[in-house]
Amino acid sequence: MAFWVIQSLNGLALGGLLFLLSSGFSLIFGLMRVANLTHGAYFMLGAYVGLSALGAGLDFATALLAGGLAVALFGGLVERLILRRLAARPPAQRTLAQVLVTLGLAFIIADGCLWIWGGDPMPLPVPAALGGAVRAFGFVFPFYRLVVVVIALLVALALWLGLERTRVGAMIRAGVDDMEMAAGMGLPVSRLFTTVFCLGAALAGMGGVLGGPILSVYPGLDTDMLPLALVVVILGGIGSLLGAFVGSFIIGFVYTFGQTLLPDLAYVILFLPMVLVLVLRPRGLFGTRAA
Amino acid sequence: MKLGAPVFAVALLLVPLIPSPYYVNVASQILIAAVFASSLNLLVGYAGLTSLGHAAYLGVAAYAVAWLTTLGGLGHLAAALVALAVTTATAACFGVLALRGTGLAFLMITLALGQILWGIAYRWVSLTGGDNGITGLTRPQPFGFDLTSPGAFYYFTLAIAAPTAAAIALYVRSPLGAAVQGTRDQPRRMSALGHNVWMVNWITFVFAGTGAGVAGILFVYYNQFIGPQTLNLTNSAEVLLMVISGGAGTLLGPIIGAATVVILKNVVSAYITRWVMLLGAVFVLIVVFMPEGLGPGLHRLWHTRSKSTS
Amino acid sequence: MTRRFFVLVLLSMLVAAPAVALAQEPIRVGFLTVRSGPLAAGGRQLEEGFQIFIKERNGTLSGRKLEVIYADTAGQPALTKTKTQELVERNRAHIIIGPLAAFEALAINDYIKQVEVPIISSSAAAEDLTQRKLNPWFIRAVGTSAQVTQPIGEYAAKVLRYKRMATIADDFAYGHEGTSGFQRVFEDNGGKVVQKLWPPLNVADYGSYIAQIKPNVDALYTGFAGANGLRFLKQYAEYGLKGKIPVLGNMTNTDEGILKSMGDEALGALSAGWYSAANDTPANRKFVAAVRAEFKADPGYYTAGAYTAGLFLEAALKVVNGKIEDKPAFMKALRRVRLTEGPIGPMRLDEYGNPIMNMYIRKVERKDGRLVNSVIHTYPETSQFWTYAPKAFLANPVYSRDFPPAKNIE
Repeated sequence: MAFWVIQSLNGLALGGLLFLLSSGFSLIFGLMRVANLTHGAYFMLGAYVGLSALGAGLDFATALLAGGLAVALFGGLVERLILRRLAARPPAQRTLAQVLVTLGLAFIIADGCLWIWGGDPMPLPVPAALGGAVRAFGFVFPFYRLVVVVIALLVALALWLGLERTRVGAMIRAGVDDMEMAAGMGLPVSRLFTTVFCLGAALAGMGGVLGGPILSVYPGLDTDMLPLALVVVILGGIGSLLGAFVGSFIIGFVYTFGQTLLPDLAYVILFLPMVLVLVLRPRGLFGTRAA
Repeated sequence: MKLGAPVFAVALLLVPLIPSPYYVNVASQILIAAVFASSLNLLVGYAGLTSLGHAAYLGVAAYAVAWLTTLGGLGHLAAALVALAVTTATAACFGVLALRGTGLAFLMITLALGQILWGIAYRWVSLTGGDNGITGLTRPQPFGFDLTSPGAFYYFTLAIAAPTAAAIALYVRSPLGAAVQGTRDQPRRMSALGHNVWMVNWITFVFAGTGAGVAGILFVYYNQFIGPQTLNLTNSAEVLLMVISGGAGTLLGPIIGAATVVILKNVVSAYITRWVMLLGAVFVLIVVFMPEGLGPGLHRLWHTRSKSTS
Repeated sequence: MTRRFFVLVLLSMLVAAPAVALAQEPIRVGFLTVRSGPLAAGGRQLEEGFQIFIKERNGTLSGRKLEVIYADTAGQPALTKTKTQELVERNRAHIIIGPLAAFEALAINDYIKQVEVPIISSSAAAEDLTQRKLNPWFIRAVGTSAQVTQPIGEYAAKVLRYKRMATIADDFAYGHEGTSGFQRVFEDNGGKVVQKLWPPLNVADYGSYIAQIKPNVDALYTGFAGANGLRFLKQYAEYGLKGKIPVLGNMTNTDEGILKSMGDEALGALSAGWYSAANDTPANRKFVAAVRAEFKADPGYYTAGAYTAGLFLEAALKVVNGKIEDKPAFMKALRRVRLTEGPIGPMRLDEYGNPIMNMYIRKVERKDGRLVNSVIHTYPETSQFWTYAPKAFLANPVYSRDFPPAKNIE
């Protein structure tokens, strides 16, 4: 009995972590149609910056902000200086150029992190107030993982409110639905793009800091995380934050229980449900349109 | 440009005269990567389908050859032919799955299929040797020629790579190739004209997979081992980057991209420790200054310069 | 005046000539390391260990200068092969040290046989390189994966008297080989392995695996590599299992390279290894002090491995008077090396090119505010075959996930 409870909580915790990782990616891809393959690297960079902030004596909340801000800044520069130039190109060439530049940046960030912080794996310390374990009904579960689930819910709520209840959110939603029409209506598309990209990058960076106590920070974190973000967003559907949310928890549960019940499929359990969904329903679970 | 082609061909033939065997080996690796990238270019450049799982087909062919020649007891030619057949069949099946989507969905399905094959290579230890891979392969001896020396193997690779590149060029220039490019640019119009868009894409997918299989056979005979690392996501990403950075949708582009990446990885890395960062920077610079790729970009520079001097 | 001057110059040249002729070529060491990608930390430690070695000898062995050419393989076997070719063909290396990973070493094994260049493995632990895939040019300066875990199998059964144990290890060859060695000896000594878990190498999180560990086992064997030991032990403590189910691990579970980043969660963890920075011998104290002074960290698996590879090179060169060009004589000398002192302890090679040396059972303790692997027991003169006869050992298939078969799984 305790086993099933713990595994369910594990699935939940993994889902929460995946949402923190993939929400930024979903936002950027939904609005700007940019498959930001640098996303895993942003996650890792945020974690490293957070680690340094903690090492400098700052508290966890400040380190979290530092990680988010640093990556947002980097993302903003990338968007303004590089991605913007590609907007004028024909669509086929633009997609390929985006892939090339985002992967190129991922290489730069990954090697840069290795250079600056070295190759040793480093655990991100759990903030004291959020540490410890929950002990109930004969099982033990780390408290911090439950905190991650709560934070994921709060972030989802904040993003939803932001999108549904603010003017900026309305503009973003308009852009996601029909960019040409929105531009024609006079929406400041260019500023919107930069805002969304920075927000998406910030989410990735903060996700890295929040995930640090569970995953640790090490070279290769970016290539471990990127496929997960892609799987969640594709499963959930393009342009749908709800899709990213639901997709995260589905993957969290499938992965956790899949590993337990079918250990021989451990290496592929992540991709099978995604392939299944895509083959049956190419726009994903909640996608508004095919990718 | 007319003069360029025969000069290029002669240069290719004279490579083994380079005194250092090390650089002859690098040239062989460039040829193998060029075949690999050119095969992916069919999908990415001409069909407009970006795939992040192409290393799977190189891997399937390489593993098939490795297993058949070491444990299966087949000769080199037989193993290569069987491997090509297996790879083509794999591409045929995967193509059906992958073409359920376009754009990012296609990218993700190909990524997933590539990762699934990687997982199988890693875990089916009794068949693939797990992460230790399969070693102990011997090189073929076509018509009794010994391919141990770098020069001999280079000519062998050239003898296989050149016809493969020619086949790809023929494909692109054929009516089918024109149809593929048409469906890339204007799928609805092509469909209205009576073309079966799906079939055109599927045939291209299979052909691309077979091309990667040829690269896989050359790869495994060159290295004389195969491991699951060859099928990982990083390698699929790397070949995609070769195609895009060189110039997708052109015949010479993937070859230039392949040469760039191979040289940076193998040669420049001996002098510059941060070569990964340099590689990334090269890609970013290409996007900023020559987004159509190195091939067309250099071509454009060449012509604008000659225009300005005339 | 000028004539006397010229004669003097001529005479001095004649005197100097033999000395000039004797100033030979340097000994070129090709060092395969990893500087990019996830394995870079190990590569850096390999280089550090070798640099300490070179510094102590002033860059000279047997009267000849050492020229080291470092090559970054990024941990990718295809690149490893290319770099090895570069070192041999372009740099004309006399000897290769490295590579880092077991699968890299296997990838270049055939090539080394072909070009007949001596190679000393400073970290690659793949069993078959000194068992079923022998290479006359290959010797190892470190132990195999199972050489380390077989002793702790006996220790767990005979000394700690554990009866039922679970194992959890990285799902790749190094993890398989170590677990198999442990399981075989543990069960031969009366124990039972009732559960085997294999998390993938790059799994995001160990929570779902920790939850599967049977609560009624006496202890847990852990066989992790790289960063995974650090991540696992941390999560193990978070799930409340530290102290409830004791942990015994392989050498890289609590290697000094990651131990420095660990906290209380590692205290009390047992492990087996052919080296410990806390091993209190004069040679090791000197070595550890040198590494700490230069690199501000304790030496571990990779640092000690690379330094010891240097010791082997030095000893063999002494026998051939520095003439590494005489390859057959050099290889013969290399295989006959007996080290009596050194950070690892006394070592000599068996007839397969693998060291016979001490195995230390270590326990993580805090000393001087730092976590160390204190040595609590030593098994002297341990070979890669443990107490089994080599021929019978080799007649079995190589240790893998399915061999020896697990007969006691519940």
